[in-house]
Amino acid sequence: MNKDLRRERDSASFNPELLTHILDGGAERTRRRREIEALVLNDPDFQHEDLNFLSRSQRYAEAIRKSALMVVKLREYGIADPDEIYWFKRTFQGSFVEPLSLHFSMFTNTLQNQCTVAQQDKWLPPTYGLQIIGTYAQTEMGHGTHLRGLETTATYDPATQEFILNSPTVTSIKWWPGGLGKTSNHAIVLAQLYTQGQCKGLHAFIVPIRRLGTHEPLPGITVGDIGPKFGYDEMDNGYLKMDNFRIPRENMLMKYAKVEPDGTYVKPVSDKLTYGTMVFIRSLIVGESARSLSRACTIAIRYSSVRHQSELKPGEPEPQILDYQTQQYKLLPLLATAYAFHFVGAYMKKTYHRITGDINQGNLSELPELHALTAGLKAFTSWTANAGIEECRMACGGHGYSRCSGLPDIYVTFTPSCTYEGENTVMMLQTARFLIKSYTQVSSGQLVSGMVSYLNDLSGQHIQPQQVAARPTTVHINDPASLVEAYKLRASRLVEAAAKNLQAELNRRKSQEDAWNRTSVDLVRASGAHCHYVVVKLFTTQLSEINDAAVHAVMNNLCLLYALYGISKHTGDFLQAGILTDAQVTQVSQRVKELLAAIRPNAVALVDAFDFHDNHLGSVLGRYDGNIYENMFEWAKKSPLNKTEVHESFHKHLKPMQAKL
Amino acid sequence: MAQWNRSGYFRSSGSRDVNPDLEAERQTASFSVERLTAILDGGADNTRTRRAVEAVIHSDPGFSRENQYFQSQNERYEAAVRKSVYLKERMHQMGWTEDGPEIKYCFRALGGDLAFNVHRVFMNSILALGTDEQIAKWIPLADKYHIIGTYAQTELGHGTFLRGLETTAIFDISTQEFTLNTPKISAMKWWPGDLGRSATHAVVFAQLYIKGKCYGLHAFILQIRSLRDHSPAPGVIVGDIGPKMNFEHIDNGYLMLQNINIPRENMLSRFSQVLPDGTYVKRGSDKINYLTMIVTRVQILWTEVIPMLLKACTIAIRYSVVRRQSKLNPGDPEAKILDYQTQQQKLLPLLATAYAFHFMNAYVNEFYNKGYTEIKQENFDSLPELHALTSGLKAIITDYCTAGAEVCLRACGGHGYSALSGLPSLYTKLAASCTYEGENTVLFLQTARFLVKCLAAVHSGQPIPPLAAYLSSVDSGKCQAWTKMDFLKPDIYAEAYRHRATRLLGNAATKLQGLVQSGAEQHEAWNQCTVQLVQAAKAHCHYIVVKNFIATVEKLRNEAEIQKIAKHLCDLFALHGIFSNTGDFLHAGYISRDQMDMVTASYLNLLAVIRNDAVPLVDAFDFTDESLNSALGSYDGHVYQRLYEWAQKSPTNQQVSQAYASYLKPLFQSALSKL
Repeated sequence: MNKDLRRERDSASFNPELLTHILDGGAERTRRRREIEALVLNDPDFQHEDLNFLSRSQRYAEAIRKSALMVVKLREYGIADPDEIYWFKRTFQGSFVEPLSLHFSMFTNTLQNQCTVAQQDKWLPPTYGLQIIGTYAQTEMGHGTHLRGLETTATYDPATQEFILNSPTVTSIKWWPGGLGKTSNHAIVLAQLYTQGQCKGLHAFIVPIRRLGTHEPLPGITVGDIGPKFGYDEMDNGYLKMDNFRIPRENMLMKYAKVEPDGTYVKPVSDKLTYGTMVFIRSLIVGESARSLSRACTIAIRYSSVRHQSELKPGEPEPQILDYQTQQYKLLPLLATAYAFHFVGAYMKKTYHRITGDINQGNLSELPELHALTAGLKAFTSWTANAGIEECRMACGGHGYSRCSGLPDIYVTFTPSCTYEGENTVMMLQTARFLIKSYTQVSSGQLVSGMVSYLNDLSGQHIQPQQVAARPTTVHINDPASLVEAYKLRASRLVEAAAKNLQAELNRRKSQEDAWNRTSVDLVRASGAHCHYVVVKLFTTQLSEINDAAVHAVMNNLCLLYALYGISKHTGDFLQAGILTDAQVTQVSQRVKELLAAIRPNAVALVDAFDFHDNHLGSVLGRYDGNIYENMFEWAKKSPLNKTEVHESFHKHLKPMQAKL
Repeated sequence: MAQWNRSGYFRSSGSRDVNPDLEAERQTASFSVERLTAILDGGADNTRTRRAVEAVIHSDPGFSRENQYFQSQNERYEAAVRKSVYLKERMHQMGWTEDGPEIKYCFRALGGDLAFNVHRVFMNSILALGTDEQIAKWIPLADKYHIIGTYAQTELGHGTFLRGLETTAIFDISTQEFTLNTPKISAMKWWPGDLGRSATHAVVFAQLYIKGKCYGLHAFILQIRSLRDHSPAPGVIVGDIGPKMNFEHIDNGYLMLQNINIPRENMLSRFSQVLPDGTYVKRGSDKINYLTMIVTRVQILWTEVIPMLLKACTIAIRYSVVRRQSKLNPGDPEAKILDYQTQQQKLLPLLATAYAFHFMNAYVNEFYNKGYTEIKQENFDSLPELHALTSGLKAIITDYCTAGAEVCLRACGGHGYSALSGLPSLYTKLAASCTYEGENTVLFLQTARFLVKCLAAVHSGQPIPPLAAYLSSVDSGKCQAWTKMDFLKPDIYAEAYRHRATRLLGNAATKLQGLVQSGAEQHEAWNQCTVQLVQAAKAHCHYIVVKNFIATVEKLRNEAEIQKIAKHLCDLFALHGIFSNTGDFLHAGYISRDQMDMVTASYLNLLAVIRNDAVPLVDAFDFTDESLNSALGSYDGHVYQRLYEWAQKSPTNQQVSQAYASYLKPLFQSALSKL
C-alpha cells in the first residue's frame, strides 16, 4: 500500500468499520452486503474489459450479457430481497447502466400495480423470466414535464374491440425510454385514450413492438436508438413511432380505469396511489445522490493524499495536496454533504415503508405532503451532488479529466438525474406550491404539521407587522441544534418573502399563473432553503443515534461543517433576515476553516468507511492501495489508439507529407 | 438580418423555412443584428472575411462534421489528422497564410476539431527559446509538416509545480551529448497533445545536469519516432494515454525516455547554453518571450473558450423558444419555455456573461500592447501586472464558461443530454480548460499574491499599478442607491463591486498579517488564508470585468439601439453578480437589506426586458449551423425533425448488434409458444 495512505489510515481517530455499519444499517447488513458483493467480484463470468475502451455497440452487448447473466445467477443463489438484488447489481455495474433497467423497474412495477388479476397472470410470468422484455414509454420528443401535453393517441374501435395507436406528429414520437431502441419486444405506452369520440386523458397500454423469434419491428412500428449521449453508452434509449397499430382491448392496463367492450369508459377511484411509487423513486435518487457523491469524494480524497505538489515551505518535500487549505475547502464540505445526503436517503426510504403500511390500511393522508416535499429533496440533492462530483473531478486536476479517474463516468451517469423523474426546477416549484399552501393555511389561522410545522410560528404575522425573522434569536455556531433553528428561520423568512411577493404580483395582475411565474425565482429559493433545513435537521438527528464516542465526535464535526459551510455559502440570506450578525458571519467562515483542519486527519478514514470496492469505484486514482501512477500507465497501454504501434493514419495522411524529406 | 448570406451553405433538412416561433422572435428585435455582429467581429470587414472563409470551409465535403458524434476515438483522431493536412493544402491554394486573418476563422468554422495544435506550441517554443540557427534548422520542416512536434512538459507526477519535474538531461563532455532519462514512473511525460500517435519530434523539458550539478529546467529537441516508418526511436516508449472526457480527436500521449542521447546543439539555447567544456552560460532576458507566452496562452480564451459559451447560449436560447411546455395560462397554447422566469434566470445572465467576456479581449490587448512596447525598451515594470491580469482572467473566464455551458445543457432538459444537442461536447471541452494552462485555484492565488503586494504599496504610499489603482481610492462606506432604478446606474454598481473587492482583499491581507505577527511562518500563514485570498482574487476579477463592460457600453455612443441593449446586458451581468453573492455585499453593510431587495427587483425586471431580444442577441454571434453542429440550435429551429433525422443515422441503427443473437434470442424463444 502507498505509504501516504497507510499513514493516513493509521492515524485515524476512529474505527471506520463502525461507521460502515451505521451507513449500512447494522453490522449484520454490512456482513451480508459484502457476502453478496463477493459473489460478483469472485465470479469470472462478470469480468470484462474496461468499458471505456469499447465502442457503444460493444458496451451495449456487454451490458446485455451481464443483465441476462444476473437473472440466472440470482436464481441460482436464491437472492430475492430487493436490497440484496440492488447490492448484487451495483457491484457488477459500477458507474454504468444496463439496458434492462426499465424492464426491471418501471415495466415490471407498472404491470404489478396496474394490471387486473387476469392481466397479471398473462404478463408477469414471461416478464420475470425475461421471455418478454419491456420498457416504459412515456416521454415524447415534444413533451416530458407536461404529461397532459403528450400527443400519442389510443383510439378505441368497438367493432374489433381494439385500440388503434398512433403517433400523429413528429413531436409525438416516443423518445428516450431506456431499452426501447434495440432490446425490448414490448412497451408500456402512455397515450391519450379516445373512446366514444371523447378524450379521457392518459392511460397505459401494453404494446408488442418486435416480433418474437426474429426481433424485427412489427408492421406499423418504427423503432430505433436515439443516438449517442453524454453518458449512458450501454443504454439503447430509443424512439417509437406507431402508425395505426392495433392492440386488443385487453392490452389496456385496467386495474383502475376501464374501457368496456362497447366503449364505455369507467373512471378510476383515486389517482393518489401513484404518488407512493414516485416517493419511492425519489428516495432512490436521493440515495443515488449520496452514493455518487461518496464515490467521487473517495476518489478525490484518496488521490489528494497520494498526490504531492509544489511546496508549502521552501526546502521541504512537496506536501500532499490535501494539506492545502483550498483543496480541503473544495473536498471536505462535499464529504460532509455525502454523509448528510446518505441520512436523508435513509430517512426517505424509512418513511416510504412506514407510509406504505398506512396506504395498505387505506390511510392516504400523509401522501400529498410527502409527495410534495420529496420532489424538492430530489432536486436539492441531485443538483448539489451533480455540482459536487464535478468539483471532485476538477480537484484532481488534469488526471481527473482522464477516463481512468472514473470521475467522468460517475458524472455523466449521474447528471441526468437532474432531469429525469421530474426536471429539478419543476420539482422545486412543486415543493414551493406546498409551502405556499401551508403558509396560506397558517395565515388563515390553521396549524400545519410535519416538516413544515415551523411555519406555524408565523401565525398572527398578518396582524403583527413585524417580520418573523426580526424576532431576536441567538445562534450558537458550535451547536448543531441551534444551527437547525437558524436554517429554520431562513426557510420561514424566504417562504414568507416569496408568499408576499406572490401576493403583490396578484394584487398587480389578475392571473394566478402569471403571478406565479413572476415569483418563481423567489419560490425556488424558498424551496431550496426549506430542503436545506430538512437536510441539516436530519443530519443533526442522526448524531444522537451514534453510540461510539469516537465516531460521534468525527460525525459531529462533519455535521457542523455541513451546516456552517452552507451558511457561509448563503451568508446573504442569513444577514438579510437578521438571523446572524456581521460578526457571526465572520466567525462562521473562520470556524469552517478550523473544522477543515480538524477533519483533515480523518478524511481518508471517512471515505474508507463508505466501503466501496475498487471494482465498484472503477477508478485508478481512487484505488484503495494508492498505487496510482504505475496503474495509470498500465491502463493507458490498453487504450484503443495503442492497439498498433504505428497508427494507420500515419500511412494515410502523414507519410505522404514526410516523404518529401 | 443575419439570414441573408446563409442560403449558400444551408445544409440539412433541405427546407429553408424557419420555425415560426423562432421567426417571431427575430421580427421584434430592438436593434440591427447585422450591425451588432460587425461590432462583435471588430468591424464589418472582418465579418465579411469571416463569412467568406466559412463559405469555403462549409462548402467543402472534406471538412464535413456530419456524423462526428457517431465516431469512435480512433475515427475522430484520424479525421482530425486528415482535416489538418487537408486544411494546410487548402490554405495554400487559397493563399491564406499562417499569420493571416483567415486562419482563426478556419478554426472557428471547424469547431476546433483539428490535430496539431500542440505542434504549433512546439514551433512557438523553438521560435521563442531557440537560437537563429536552431530556428533555421527546425522551423521550415515543422512548417510544412515534414516533422510533427509536441511540447512535452507535464509529467505524470507534476503539472502545476514545474520545478518538481523529474526528467533529467545529463551533459557528457566526452561525447558532447545530453543523455535524457525518465528516472521513475512519475517522471513520465503525460498529457502532451499530438504525442500519443502523431509526433516525430518533441520539445522536452528536463532538469539539466552538468558535472553533477543541477541547473534547473531546460528545453531539448529530440526525435521520438522514425521518419521512415514512424516506429518509436530506440529507448523511447510512447503511446496514447487513453480515453478522456473529450478531445477524442487528440492523441494526448505518454513518453518515457531511456538513455536517449542527443547532440549538444539540441538544447534550445537562446537564453542559456552549455559550452563544449561543460560551462553553463546564461544570457539576455527571456522576459519578452515570457510576455508573448502568457498572452498567447490567454488568447486561447477568445479563440476557443469564450466562443464555446457563446455557442452554448445560442443553442439553449434558440431551443428555449422552439420548445413549448406546460401552460402559463389555462386556455392558452403551451408556453415557450423561455417565457418561464426560472428559464430566463438560467440563461439570460449567461448571455450577459458571454458578452462581458467577449468584450474583455480589447482590454487585454491594450494591456499587452502597452507592456510589449515597454518591455522592448527594457522596462519590465508592467510584467507582474500583466501576469496577474491574465492569470485571474483565465481562471474566472474558464470557471464561468464551464459552469455556464453545463447550465445550458441542463436547461435543455433531456434533449440537452443527447450528444446531438452539441452541448455535452461543448461542456466537456470547456471543463478541460479549468485545469490546462494553469490550474484555476493556483492562478487565482497568483493574482491574489499580486494584489496583496499592491495593497502593501498602498499602505506604504508607493506607486500602484493601474490594474489595482482602485485599491487606494476612498470608500464612501455605504451604497448611494435610494430606489431600485438607482441600481441601473453603472456608477452605483461599479462602486459596490469596487467596495467588495477592496474589502475582501483587505480582510484577507489583515488576517495574513495578523498570523505572521502572531508568530506563524509566512508559508503557513499564507496557506491558512488561501480560501479568503481566492475569494478576494475572484472579486477583483469580477470587478475588472464589470468595469470593462461599463466602459465598452460607453464607447457605443454612436450606436443608440445597440448601446441600449448592451447597457441592459451590462446591468444584468452586474446585478446578477450581486444577486448571486448577496452575502459579500451585505456583510459590513455596504448594501443594506432594503437595498438588496431593490437589487433583486431590478435584476428580475431585467430578465423580462432582455428576454425580448434574446434570440437576436444570440443570432448576432453569427455561428453557422455547421460550426454549431447541434440538432437543437440550428438557425431554422427545426429541432424535432433534425433530432429524428440525425438519430436514424446513428450506427446503432445501421449496424447489427450481436447482443440480440447472442443473449436475447435464447430468452425470447421460449415466449413464442406462450404469447
